[in-house]
Amino acid sequence: MALTLENGIYRPDDQPIDPPYDFPAYVGSRLRHPNRPLVLIPQTLTELTGPLLGDGRVTEGDSDLTTQHDGEPLGERIIVHGRVVDSDGRPVRDTLVEVWQANAAGRYRHDVDRHPAPLDPNFSGVGRCLTDDEGRYRFVTVKPGAYPWKNSNNAWRPAHIHFSLFGNAFPQRLVTQMYFPGDPLFGQDPIFNSIPDPKGRERLISALDMDATVPEWALAFHWDIVLRGREATPFETKER
Amino acid sequence: MTIADSAPRPGPRPGRAELLQRTPSQTIGPYFGFALPWADGEYVVPDGTRDAIRLTGRVTDGAGAAIPDALIEIWQAGPDGHFDHPDDPERASGFRGFGRCPTDGDGRFEFVTVKPGRVPGPDRVRQAPHVEVSVFARGLLKRLVTRIYFEDEAEANAEDPILDLVVDPAARATLIASRTADGYRFDIRLQGDGETVFFDF
Repeated sequence: MALTLENGIYRPDDQPIDPPYDFPAYVGSRLRHPNRPLVLIPQTLTELTGPLLGDGRVTEGDSDLTTQHDGEPLGERIIVHGRVVDSDGRPVRDTLVEVWQANAAGRYRHDVDRHPAPLDPNFSGVGRCLTDDEGRYRFVTVKPGAYPWKNSNNAWRPAHIHFSLFGNAFPQRLVTQMYFPGDPLFGQDPIFNSIPDPKGRERLISALDMDATVPEWALAFHWDIVLRGREATPFETKER
Repeated sequence: MTIADSAPRPGPRPGRAELLQRTPSQTIGPYFGFALPWADGEYVVPDGTRDAIRLTGRVTDGAGAAIPDALIEIWQAGPDGHFDHPDDPERASGFRGFGRCPTDGDGRFEFVTVKPGRVPGPDRVRQAPHVEVSVFARGLLKRLVTRIYFEDEAEANAEDPILDLVVDPAARATLIASRTADGYRFDIRLQGDGETVFFDF
């Protein structure tokens, strides 16, 4: 197998970045976290590759969640945009970004969502796009509402948009949530607070971006996403 | 062998002042079902493809209860042991290799695919045929990754460098799919008795 500098493994974290699997304050994790430690394996060709989706998965209009029905959805119209890069700052191009969210009243268009808030016939809350050559993505949507959930007495989720990204290879796969600045519900949310490092939590909060705002039409929020970067060393070694 | 053995400690690339911190994971939550499933998601190959197999299984929690709100994704080589990806020197162009299936009310998933070939591994040891699996679910704050191996590949499994890292026979058995009439079955237990082996890499 030809080895080049670009064939390095995807860089392991040198400190905990993600939440732990076992986080008792998030009740849903109690019976769903493994008890045994993960087995560390070398990155082989299986891990150094991954699905490159996109062609045929995204159609014109998928990135505008406000124009998918006959009328306009209710709520605060917003633009959500940013760049997808790796931890070396290199753009992740042509990668599929999928988003889903509650409507402005805090209700998902999903059968199991029983929150007694109205559905909006003009809002599905599903979007897709591909990043461009600079790793940029952009969605037009409405700001999702906060909603109650059954984790504990009177628990409410801060407003958030779910993001799913593939990146260039299997280790870059990421499912996460984007939040809005200054949300008063951050302090009581176990999902947000499952991230061990306060700086890590800040990485999930978008920033108001007046420069990207369209005057008289929509506010904008900026959120960059950083996927695992790659070591500059080959992944194969002689000794084992 | 571990990653730490085979690579220097993580650090900045030469000429780079500081690495950007990776964006943390959050749970997929209970409400992805109207957004992420694709009409052709479970078809890694079209139905009716020659040598197609059905890869089925059930996802359960620490109480043995079905998990009806998981999303299973698979990634695999084609029958020739290669991937449709630019970092595979012998790229298998045109083989999607990817499937995505939400679990049903009984925790079940099903893919239509073909059995992968043996994939190049570290130190020129070939890996046994395997399918890489990502598990997302409400209650999982980040994905879990495991691998499906095949029970009728005993010889290849015996020399697989990844299976070799799982010493306990009972744990190792959780990674082996059993033969069914039209494919293989691979159950995923997130916690407790028969807990599936999950990987970090």
